[in-house]
Amino acid sequence: MSSQVQKQVKQLDRVIIRFAGDSGDGMQLTGDRFTQESAVFGNDLVTLPNFPAEIRAPQGTLPGVSSFQVHFADHDILTAGDAPDVLVAMNPAALKANLPDLPRGASIIVDTHDFSARNLTKAGYDANPLDLLGDANDPLGDFAVHPVDLTGMTVAAVKEFGLSRKDAARAKNMFALGLLSWMYGRPTESTIAFLTKRFAKVPAIRDANITAFKAGWNFGETTETFAVSYEIKPAPVSAGTYRNISGNLALAYGLVAAGVQSGLPVFLGSYPITPASDILHELSKHKAFGVTTLQAEDEIAGVGAAIGASFAGHLGVTTTSGPGIALKSEAIGLAIMTELPLVVVDVQRGGPSTGLPTKTEQADLLQAMFGRNGEAPMPIVAPQSPGDCFDAALEAARIAVTYRTPVMLLSDGYLANGSEPWRIPEITDLPVIEPNFATERNHVVKPAATAEDGTVTEEERDFWPYLRDEETLARPWAVPGTPGLEHRIGGLEKGEGHGNISYDPANHDFMVRTRQAKVDRIAESLPPLTVDDPSGRAKVLVLGWGSTYGPIGAGVRRVRKAGYDVAQVHLRHLNPFPKDLGEILKRYDKVLVPEMNLGQLSMLLRAKYLVDAIGYNHVRGLPLKAAELAEAIGNLVAEAEGITVDLSTTNDPHTAEEISR
Amino acid sequence: MTALSSGTELPFPGLRSGVELVPTNDQPQTGKEYTSDQEVRWCPGCGDYAVLKAVQGFLPDLGLRRENIVFVSGIGCSSRFPYYLDTYGMHSIHGRAPSIATGIATAREDLSVWVVTGDGDALSIGGNHLIHALRRNVNMTILLFNNRIYGLTKGQYSPTSEPGKVTKSTPMGSVDHPFNPVSLALGAEASFVARTIDSDRKHLTSVLSAAAAHRGTSLVEIYQNCPIFNDGAFDAIKGQGEFKDGKADAIIPLVHGEQIRFGAPDEDGRGSKVVVRDHVTGGVKVALAADVEDSAVLVHDAHATDPSTAFAISRLTAADYLHQAPIGIFRAVERPTYDDQARAQVATAREDAPGEPTDKLAALIGSGDTWTVV
Repeated sequence: MSSQVQKQVKQLDRVIIRFAGDSGDGMQLTGDRFTQESAVFGNDLVTLPNFPAEIRAPQGTLPGVSSFQVHFADHDILTAGDAPDVLVAMNPAALKANLPDLPRGASIIVDTHDFSARNLTKAGYDANPLDLLGDANDPLGDFAVHPVDLTGMTVAAVKEFGLSRKDAARAKNMFALGLLSWMYGRPTESTIAFLTKRFAKVPAIRDANITAFKAGWNFGETTETFAVSYEIKPAPVSAGTYRNISGNLALAYGLVAAGVQSGLPVFLGSYPITPASDILHELSKHKAFGVTTLQAEDEIAGVGAAIGASFAGHLGVTTTSGPGIALKSEAIGLAIMTELPLVVVDVQRGGPSTGLPTKTEQADLLQAMFGRNGEAPMPIVAPQSPGDCFDAALEAARIAVTYRTPVMLLSDGYLANGSEPWRIPEITDLPVIEPNFATERNHVVKPAATAEDGTVTEEERDFWPYLRDEETLARPWAVPGTPGLEHRIGGLEKGEGHGNISYDPANHDFMVRTRQAKVDRIAESLPPLTVDDPSGRAKVLVLGWGSTYGPIGAGVRRVRKAGYDVAQVHLRHLNPFPKDLGEILKRYDKVLVPEMNLGQLSMLLRAKYLVDAIGYNHVRGLPLKAAELAEAIGNLVAEAEGITVDLSTTNDPHTAEEISR
Repeated sequence: MTALSSGTELPFPGLRSGVELVPTNDQPQTGKEYTSDQEVRWCPGCGDYAVLKAVQGFLPDLGLRRENIVFVSGIGCSSRFPYYLDTYGMHSIHGRAPSIATGIATAREDLSVWVVTGDGDALSIGGNHLIHALRRNVNMTILLFNNRIYGLTKGQYSPTSEPGKVTKSTPMGSVDHPFNPVSLALGAEASFVARTIDSDRKHLTSVLSAAAAHRGTSLVEIYQNCPIFNDGAFDAIKGQGEFKDGKADAIIPLVHGEQIRFGAPDEDGRGSKVVVRDHVTGGVKVALAADVEDSAVLVHDAHATDPSTAFAISRLTAADYLHQAPIGIFRAVERPTYDDQARAQVATAREDAPGEPTDKLAALIGSGDTWTVV
């Protein structure tokens, strides 16, 4: 690709780009490819896909807008960014829907092709904003706007392949990708290889897409519209081999790894639901690992089959989102009562009811904690980033198998679809999970005896399915096919030890307490919490869980950069809490708990530790914003220390979004 | 009715056995070995006792290793069944036994999986799981105890109760239209569907043998009397009470390869009533033997690929008081099972990708576009 125009190259430390278009315009694919290119280049990055629940919402309308935001940098970053530096808008609706998020001075690359009277009306524009560029009343006056006929140039570039106009125009997303790839110096090989493979069966489409991609690049290089290209150097990261990974993919890999590391075949019973279905899709590809996937007739059958498989000695898993958990609740209670290993994955989405299927939220914590009849304690594990879903899945499986209990793994829509570079772990560093199946009868009915006449009677034993391990309180896992250990389990209360039905009041009291004690005992196996308090002088602690790790970390960095002290702790285990949490909470004057719900972790902390947890809560279906969080943290620091906190140096979203550690 | 030989022998030559992958026992077994130490707690006179006895008596004849047999149940009187058998078992939650059994049967080819359920458990709260188990054809045997009433909750009408039934929840009579479990199962394209009676141990045992030997989901509807809340519901079928002499007219026996005849014997000793095709409706109807040609009498074909005739026969079941019902094996056809196919896919995938699991895992997580930082 030869250069005809002398271009200036500017250095940047980080950029946030948002690709936005109609839900049929291929924006998710475009964003994903740009992400892969940036990952291979070595930038740190975080992504935020955002799309409507409708597969094809009415074309050209505001509800039909789909977007993909990618934040990439030459240093370690934690969020997808609060506000885009660059918006690529493929139609009037995409421009209108995303404009409110843009900071002053942001660049807009807009495809002029679809700015027809009809499309402008659909998007709610009275007049074409592009006609007013440079006017005194220019609605886009705060931004650097680049109007380009992306569609027209795409159609012209792919003319030779004889595609219909519609098919030719569909390659416009690759033209846009090519243009942005040039602008930010992205490597192009992986995208060309991807397109070659993806459209291998339709050569004309394949060639059109590759041609459009290259044409976009060449356009950037030759046009005078874009005088500057940018360089964002690779981020210095610890040595290792990396790949880009989404939360759902990492979670699926974690479950496969749990099967390998435990020697148990993984059995997934699942019913399709947004945003969890990709885990089912992914696991269905890994039969070579002995993974069985059953697409059940409903959510209940999904968990039922998983419980059956666990009873039969497999690692039972069920994956769903909040509404599915509601349906599975009774069966999860059965797994608690029968004390069988089970991993329940809840990829949380906006609720209640159907809610916001494609948006993120953390409002299922209390459902996970308490959403069953009776005293039904269930361990809860939450990943903090897309890549961390891998480790969280292994940890959920470890607890499930070791303690013979269902475990809730609380991911969310942001983690599921968002992605980040992930250092691929060494297999030897992964935990080994021991199923320890029961093979022998464990209860002495009659001890061995020698009678007066010298005759020896051998010891007589039977099998007690609820005779517990003293350390973990776990019961034996005896699988069908093991001779001599035939036993019956079920949802009725069990007698201590022998496990037969028991309606005895004292026994019920004992068993309720024992099931709770078993879950509490998991805390013994947890490492101490990491308290991030660099100065050791912080009076304010920010405590979070799950996907808010990134925004909280970014907010904390801003506050520290401005010269103030703040501590951060992030919870992986929500039930039981780590043993040192209570003591850590006591060390700080103020505890701020940011959550994408109305204060669910706050409620648990207040109940358990009598701490005045202060909530920071948003339920907008989107990740928390780092700048807003920094503001909230700053206010609390000011209050706790009796000082004035000024974050203005670090809080300009367009200059210093995130600061290196 | 055909007496079936015991053991794992195939009742229908050419079909794969439902227990062919289950390890067998070389030692003779007794019913006592299959009896757990738990006290049986059904009401006196309950039909469940007879079925339990029949199952405990029949399981040794299967000749399987006891530890490779699993009974799964839902909720209801009959669902206490697994507690009384000394095999592996799970008394699960209301209606969900088929889904749990699906997991067990798919996970393990070496297990003989049984579901014990009732009309409320299987057809009301668990209706969805039942039809999907039948559709998938998972290798398991479902014993559906039909007493046409809710027993454990003390006497509400069930999805098989006759219209107009007066119960605690329907003081003016039920306005629900009932399910015919056999029709429902045939509609779901079940590969094995049979009906039998709690009090006829010989027939019950023969049907259980055939059901266990069938590879795929076997649904056995067992007419079972509830002496407390629905006593006498099957008196006509059993020839009891006011129907003392009417049994021959009530039971339409289905025997593969034989004419469908019932009713008081004619001078040749054959049933005076027959089932013939109804060319008006496309279904079947009952006729007097004397009124039709012998060649017009329907010969029962349990192996017919098309379930339509079996369905038509199932419609001869009285929908109100049970004064007439076909009894026997309606349908037994070979169809690939879900679990065999699911396991075959896993096996194929494993053969295609040999190697150490940890090596394969390293390759998997290291796939895609990667870059190395030194």
